[in-house]
Amino acid sequence: MNLRDLSAVQQIEEIRAGRVSSLDLVDAHLAAIAHDDVEAFLAVDADGARSRARAIDAMPERPPLAGVPIAVKDALSTRDIVTTSGSKMLEGFRPVYTATCVARLEAAGAVVVGKTNMDEFAMGSSTENSAYKNTLNPWDHTRVPGGSSGGSAAAVSARQVPWSLGSDTGGSIRQPAALCGIVGMKPTYGAISRYGLIAFASSLDQVGPLARTVADAALLLKYVVGHDPMDSTSLHWPTPIEVPTATDLTGLRIGVVEELMGQGIDPGIRAVVDDALVQAEGLGATIVPVSLPTSLSGLATYYVLAPAECSANLARFDGIRYGPSADADTLLDQYEVTRGTLFGAEVKRRIMLGTFALASGYYDQYYGRAQRVRTLIVREFARAFAHVDVLASPTSPTVAFPIGDRTADPYSMYLADVCTIPASLAGLPALSIPCGMAEGLPVGLQLAGPAFSENRLLDVAHALEQAIAFDTRPPGLPQ
Amino acid sequence: MSDLEPVIGVEIHVQLSTRTKMFCGCEPSFGDAPNTHTCPVCLAHPGVLPVVNEEAIRRAIIIGHALGCDIAPRSIFHRKNYFYPDLPKAYQISQFDIPICGRGSFTALREDGSELVVGITRVHLEEDAAKLTHAGVGGRRVGADGSVVDFNRGGTPLVEIVTEPDLRSASDTATFLRQLRQTLLFLGVSDCSMEEGSMRADANVSVRPVGSQALGVKTELKNMNSFRFLERGVEAEIARQREVIGSGGDITQETVHYEPDTGHITSLRSKEESHDYRYFPEPDLVPVVPDRAWVDELRASLPELPIPLRRRLVGEMGLSVEDAEVITQSPQLVAYFMDAAGQADPKLCANWIRGELRAQLRDIGQEPWQSKVTPTHIAQIVGLVADGTVSVPAAKEVLAGVIETGDDPAALVQAKGLAQISDEGELAAIIGAIVDAHPEQAQQLREGQNKVIGFFVGQAMKQSGGRADPQAVQRLVRKVVLGE
Repeated sequence: MNLRDLSAVQQIEEIRAGRVSSLDLVDAHLAAIAHDDVEAFLAVDADGARSRARAIDAMPERPPLAGVPIAVKDALSTRDIVTTSGSKMLEGFRPVYTATCVARLEAAGAVVVGKTNMDEFAMGSSTENSAYKNTLNPWDHTRVPGGSSGGSAAAVSARQVPWSLGSDTGGSIRQPAALCGIVGMKPTYGAISRYGLIAFASSLDQVGPLARTVADAALLLKYVVGHDPMDSTSLHWPTPIEVPTATDLTGLRIGVVEELMGQGIDPGIRAVVDDALVQAEGLGATIVPVSLPTSLSGLATYYVLAPAECSANLARFDGIRYGPSADADTLLDQYEVTRGTLFGAEVKRRIMLGTFALASGYYDQYYGRAQRVRTLIVREFARAFAHVDVLASPTSPTVAFPIGDRTADPYSMYLADVCTIPASLAGLPALSIPCGMAEGLPVGLQLAGPAFSENRLLDVAHALEQAIAFDTRPPGLPQ
Repeated sequence: MSDLEPVIGVEIHVQLSTRTKMFCGCEPSFGDAPNTHTCPVCLAHPGVLPVVNEEAIRRAIIIGHALGCDIAPRSIFHRKNYFYPDLPKAYQISQFDIPICGRGSFTALREDGSELVVGITRVHLEEDAAKLTHAGVGGRRVGADGSVVDFNRGGTPLVEIVTEPDLRSASDTATFLRQLRQTLLFLGVSDCSMEEGSMRADANVSVRPVGSQALGVKTELKNMNSFRFLERGVEAEIARQREVIGSGGDITQETVHYEPDTGHITSLRSKEESHDYRYFPEPDLVPVVPDRAWVDELRASLPELPIPLRRRLVGEMGLSVEDAEVITQSPQLVAYFMDAAGQADPKLCANWIRGELRAQLRDIGQEPWQSKVTPTHIAQIVGLVADGTVSVPAAKEVLAGVIETGDDPAALVQAKGLAQISDEGELAAIIGAIVDAHPEQAQQLREGQNKVIGFFVGQAMKQSGGRADPQAVQRLVRKVVLGE
């Protein structure tokens, strides 16, 4: 039995049955990470992880997550473990505190083994904007893993960890999950505390799980949702997250988003998603077409609002209080040289976009208008959910694209999130599950629901997952 | 040039003396070792989030009530963006178009008793910046050798009170600010120390032809650390503007600074180069939606405020305007006075408290409520004078004794033998001897020089150890010398 082929739920069972220890599991995964041929990790805390595993093994009563290893996106603050958010701006930075969601998982008995690569400050859809390295898609090392949580997705796909945490602003969990053939979920905005998540766009950022099974994603989610006094936008969670068991979709109404099943979506993707919907019908669901015309403006809306927020969120990085600092004679030089040299091109592009969108005289035309469109999108979703239980669409318009293919054209990169952005703008829960292969690469099915419908979404995803029986193991992955 | 009238509005920043900062759990501090009251949140470490201090909300609402403002059923925070080392996030969390308190007004009393009504535009909540210290060249930024930052102050809750341009003179501006400060002290929301910077006022000054409704170009007079300097600064700026316009020039919208040493106004920076703050709603915070019942409860529990209280002290308790002004300097003094006034004549209590008590305590650096003298002691002393037990000079000695020992005034009169001599026989003997010893003065009195009587009173007081009843002495001197 290869321990790394087990799901997290199975690993917990093995520990509880006394057949393996947390240390066995952590060591097995650390060994894989040591031969990290997909470049998923930016930092590995082998010693810390092993010592936490030993401590959990020594406990008379094991905590719920029993010492199963986990990887955490480098956008999440981890005390004493270098946290860079993929940027030179934070090279070597060791935080003094741990993000609430990570602390909650640790308290539940998860063992953090390391920090995963990402697009700088979560801005990107391929992880190529990392200031450190490219992460490779485990299914095809010449292709991107998606982004910005590309490291978290690749590490799970390559079985270096059973599950991981990512963050999703416009699709940064769902899109890499789709491109790497795994499950990724962005919960309702406010479900998980953002305290310790290095902010990109505060009104959109959400932490969420990546895993190889829907049940694992649900279990991870269970331990991180809920109000945090350190984040006033975090929600009191109404009902506990359940690990899903549904295998039947009788009575479920699935709306297929027409605008995301036509132009701009690769035909191969559409075909695989159509097949998945036929399977859903076989499980008893009713498929109805739904039109979300305003969601087509989602991309434009997003690329005003997210840069606007990031222009303020990233203003704190000035090299004065932490992180590397440029050598400068004057205050202005200090700001300009530090920020000019340590931020990457995409980050600077978005800061400029956002600064412009908020500028006096342009505010109403850009930021103000984008906020109004966002409100319309929220209403459009609400109307749709009066008729259907969940909305279905592809997660990504294409399969994983070759490394370097889109780096010269930012707009083509932005299009990678066209399917995922609307739910982000509306603050709604959405997940991606692998639903088949196109061009020899995984295809993701996105399911979105109304706020707080996580349990239902997970049930639907679980039933489909069982029916589709996608093999998440990339070919050529060493045994 | 006298046909130009000044138009003045003020912006007042008040640090709230809450236990914790505006958006984190650190204790705000003044004077502690630098950077000892900080945390990841107020240092803007990556990934942190602000959480609103509920006590600051409470105090802002109390201030709003005291200023008669509309309390917003829903207000929001904005980010005000600018780069400066005293602002670690590079944005200040403030309020913009939906502040917590809307329009209100404040009525101050001028020295002549007339009312000074000032419209309040808004009261909003924000966080203070950190403290920058510039090394070299007199502590100014330009040309400094280097600068250091102390984040202890960073994130301290601030309210900004903005007035309408309703003030028409420098002295009205100072009167308004002094009485506003007094009101804030009564609310117990802030230390309001100008020296320590927990209250700061900026004045927007312009002039316009008398009778004009349009506003002239304004300048902003910044960083006044006392009301006296502020008054002088506003005065100087008005004079400067009158002179500029009088000689055909134009006022530039800019920030100006008053140099107390020279009395000169200097320009700090032109507003034309000012920042575009790129305000936008703070996505890390949810709207402030105070419970209606709580808002009403806060209004109902406001203490009696100094201006209405002054009116009551004068109108109902017989105090002079000056008495009332002194007594209402602090809520502690009001409580002290009220306690005494409940036990003896209020006017006489006020005289003793604002006069002799404060004068004697000043020497040992105490306030009345900190001293051994209780309000009951004051009432007792007033009573001892009123019933003729002691003379006023003797009563002052009794007071000195109470300050020292805290003993009962009546007991001190006994112990020190200070009871007034009103017995005509005893006094007549003393006066007879004095008159005999000073025939020259007696003659002068006979010749009609009435003021000489003071000489005899003085002698009698001296020889009786202050115990003689001065009224009786006067009467007896006239009787002995003039046979009246």
